[in-house]
Amino acid sequence: MNRVFDGPEPIYVQIAQMIRGQVLARELTEEDQVMSTTQFATTFRINPATAAKAFGQLVDEGVLYKRRGLGMFVAPGARERLLDEHRRRYFAEVLEPALVQAELLEIPLDSIVDHVRGRAHGTTRGTDPEVSS
Amino acid sequence: MTAPFGARLDDVVVRYPAPARLRPSPDDAPALDGATCTVRAGSITGVLGRNGAGKTTLLSLLAAFRRPTGGTVLVGPDGSLEDPWENTWITSGVQLVRESGDVYPEEAVSETFEYLANVRPDWDGDLASRLLDQFEVDVRKKPAALSRGKRSAVGAVIGLASRAPLTIFDEVYLGMDAPTRYAFYDALLEDYAEHPRTVLVSSHHVEEVERLFEDVIVLDEGRVLLAEPADDLRARAVSLTGPSAAVERVADGRPVLHRQQLGPTLQVVVDGPLAPDERAAAQDAGLTLGPVPLQDLFVHLTRTPAGTTTEEVP
Repeated sequence: MNRVFDGPEPIYVQIAQMIRGQVLARELTEEDQVMSTTQFATTFRINPATAAKAFGQLVDEGVLYKRRGLGMFVAPGARERLLDEHRRRYFAEVLEPALVQAELLEIPLDSIVDHVRGRAHGTTRGTDPEVSS
Repeated sequence: MTAPFGARLDDVVVRYPAPARLRPSPDDAPALDGATCTVRAGSITGVLGRNGAGKTTLLSLLAAFRRPTGGTVLVGPDGSLEDPWENTWITSGVQLVRESGDVYPEEAVSETFEYLANVRPDWDGDLASRLLDQFEVDVRKKPAALSRGKRSAVGAVIGLASRAPLTIFDEVYLGMDAPTRYAFYDALLEDYAEHPRTVLVSSHHVEEVERLFEDVIVLDEGRVLLAEPADDLRARAVSLTGPSAAVERVADGRPVLHRQQLGPTLQVVVDGPLAPDERAAAQDAGLTLGPVPLQDLFVHLTRTPAGTTTEEVP
């Protein structure tokens, strides 16, 4: 388990990201208890303050809330809040770089649109010239 | 339980006298040369440095095992730091675990544990027994009859069971095999989470221990090179990779820690984080930006001048 959270961002950012991902994927649902900072620290061999920092960020975002003496729980409406937030950022942070890359590779916009339509209809996975990555 | 101890060093100099003299003279090379830093009460702080950087000397000062030649050393709970020298209240709250173990050399290991149970106010005998079992240490043996790894484990157990407001592990893992080291890190984190106190861990195996640290102090040639939260250090340097001319443009005017030329491609490690707009500009210029792991940053920052491959940007 020690080599989880190996990305370039600070570890607390990666922990927060992991919990957000679990809430989005419904692995954690409303009122589920999340691991304590102690469990996080010993499971992933990190400083408990690092886990606490991630929890603090998620409490500020309304993803988690604290029950005194019991621990951290997934807040009601957490998934909807995350969906809103991630949908808002999808176009700028996910789609835009993909379109910039397409431009660089001289992939015509039409073939991208065709690909998206084809995918939506489940007919084909690649009407376009070999697009890798 | 006693509140965690912090510490403060101000312009500390330590000179060891040359063998023929009793007192150090200003001609003796200093082990610490104007070291200034703070240890935050309640943190796990890593003390990193190459061999001979002054780690052991600094840690001995905090435990009042020696006095500084110059400057001040203060240890204690937040708001009431005191000089630890011949100060029973402070020294009873500081447990230094050194490689030598500080055990009774001619007695069974159990004798050392009985002694510590009497002098450490926050000693936890149950924890000590549990950990000694876990590390498979036979306490009926004398220290010399134990393997080096088992002697290190004894030191680790002493530090953990002391629950001292300031617990210091000076290269405690030497001779421990990997499973024992990881068992030690796990025991440390578990006990620290339940019984918060200040823990100092010195090491030059940065990669294995860096995630335990909230703060990091890097020593180099007797000076404090930096003392920062570990997250700040991880975000501190950036590697820039791309066509030489483009990399040079972005790196221009920044402190360069390392450079490596691979044909037309240049990789440069610059000190100091890039602002978001600077990152975006660098990426638009075709550069790949990468993080610099703490281990690499440590190596770049403490490289000996003779072995350096760093050149200033012309």
